[in-house]
Amino acid sequence: MGEPVHAVPMLPTARRPGCPFDPPEELTDARRHGPISRLTHFGGNPGWLVTGYDLVRSVLADPRFSSRRELMNVVDYELPPAPPGEFLLMDEPRHGRYRKPLVGKFTVRRMRLLTERVEQITTACLDAMEKAGPPADLVTSFAKPIPAIVICELLGVPYEDRGSFQEQIDAFVGGGTDEDELMAAYTATQDYLAGLVAAKRAHPTDDVLSELTDSDLTEEELKGIALVLLVAGLDTTANMLSLGTFALLENPAQLAALRADPALADRAVEELLRYLSVAKSFMRTALEDVELGGQTIEAGTTVVLSYHTANRDPERFADPDTLDIRRQHTGHLAFGHGIHQCLGQQLARVELRVALPALIARFPALRLAVPAEEVGLRPETADIYGVTSLPVTWDTEAS
Amino acid sequence: MRRPRLRVDRERCIGAGMCALTAPEVFDQDPDDGRVLLLRAEPPAALHAAARLAAGLCPSGAIALDEPESGGT
Repeated sequence: MGEPVHAVPMLPTARRPGCPFDPPEELTDARRHGPISRLTHFGGNPGWLVTGYDLVRSVLADPRFSSRRELMNVVDYELPPAPPGEFLLMDEPRHGRYRKPLVGKFTVRRMRLLTERVEQITTACLDAMEKAGPPADLVTSFAKPIPAIVICELLGVPYEDRGSFQEQIDAFVGGGTDEDELMAAYTATQDYLAGLVAAKRAHPTDDVLSELTDSDLTEEELKGIALVLLVAGLDTTANMLSLGTFALLENPAQLAALRADPALADRAVEELLRYLSVAKSFMRTALEDVELGGQTIEAGTTVVLSYHTANRDPERFADPDTLDIRRQHTGHLAFGHGIHQCLGQQLARVELRVALPALIARFPALRLAVPAEEVGLRPETADIYGVTSLPVTWDTEAS
Repeated sequence: MRRPRLRVDRERCIGAGMCALTAPEVFDQDPDDGRVLLLRAEPPAALHAAARLAAGLCPSGAIALDEPESGGT
């Protein structure tokens, strides 16, 4: 045996009070001890935690580590394999069967063509916010509707169904705790999507789902794909918009810099993605014994990869805990790495790139309507980190 | 002076688009399947840094960069 290895008893469930943007202290502390630590999973199963940038990136690119849900050795019961279409939790070649037909529909070029439409949607949300007057909850008036309308239009959810459909999705991605309600909302969404897939097959329209019906994918598979696109496209971007705004409001010099120079928007978006890392961590299971950072990961052991601490690794990013929208960096892991790297990342960039600058331009005196400590935060146990609501206010012109 | 030479492996490509985002003068994505298209295998000096970055960022390792031995200039 070599040096004793740092051990983390269990993944932390909360962040340090007053530090809503920083990773939980236990994870940062683990990284200080080295890029890999022992970890006990929630089910008591022994595992590993990877917190350093280089090591997280190397595992993500390593086919000896699996994404298959049924191999995740983290609870004291067997997890079922991912249903058809839910390709995030699969390895090749199953993963490729679903990802490949989608790739051409999410290219940099195709997503940029949506810019004008995203601008229109953003303007409409900001108009409504302004008309209703301060205060507002930025989550419901801005952060959620923009990605929701965009992804619904992209998938081809009919306009008249959008309201009820959004409520259903909200109910199961919103971090609710009632298992029955969650299942009911999930089932309702699946049923809705099954109907939508059938309708698109019968009468194709100009959208991604209709295009996909022109393939050998089954109804069941298309339903699964649609669900992945919706959940991945909604909750992540919505939380980047709301938490991103919160972070800018808490860093007024950065906010002022972005407002003064909209040309900084691209960099600001990348920096917020790095700094906030709302998709905090993912898991992989070793398919064989693998040497990693001087440790042997035994076949069948599950490794938690902390994207957030990796994106705050001082060996990779100078002054990593400072939000610096002028930072000239690339290569953050906010969208992951390897074959599962986010399919919708170029869409997310367009949405963030358009919406954040538009918001701060429209409301020059935008500020929190409550003390920062009172902003409701999602628990660390939620898949996607963020705020539950973001009360903001602004000054109106005296008439 | 020899230039760095790029190669792409379309079978490895997963279409994340990092190359087209980072070095659009050098890489594009096939509009049909979203996979990498190499526009300039030997990009001019002004594009070397962007091409190198794109190769480094590629999530699936589908871009290879052969750097000439640094001799001469």
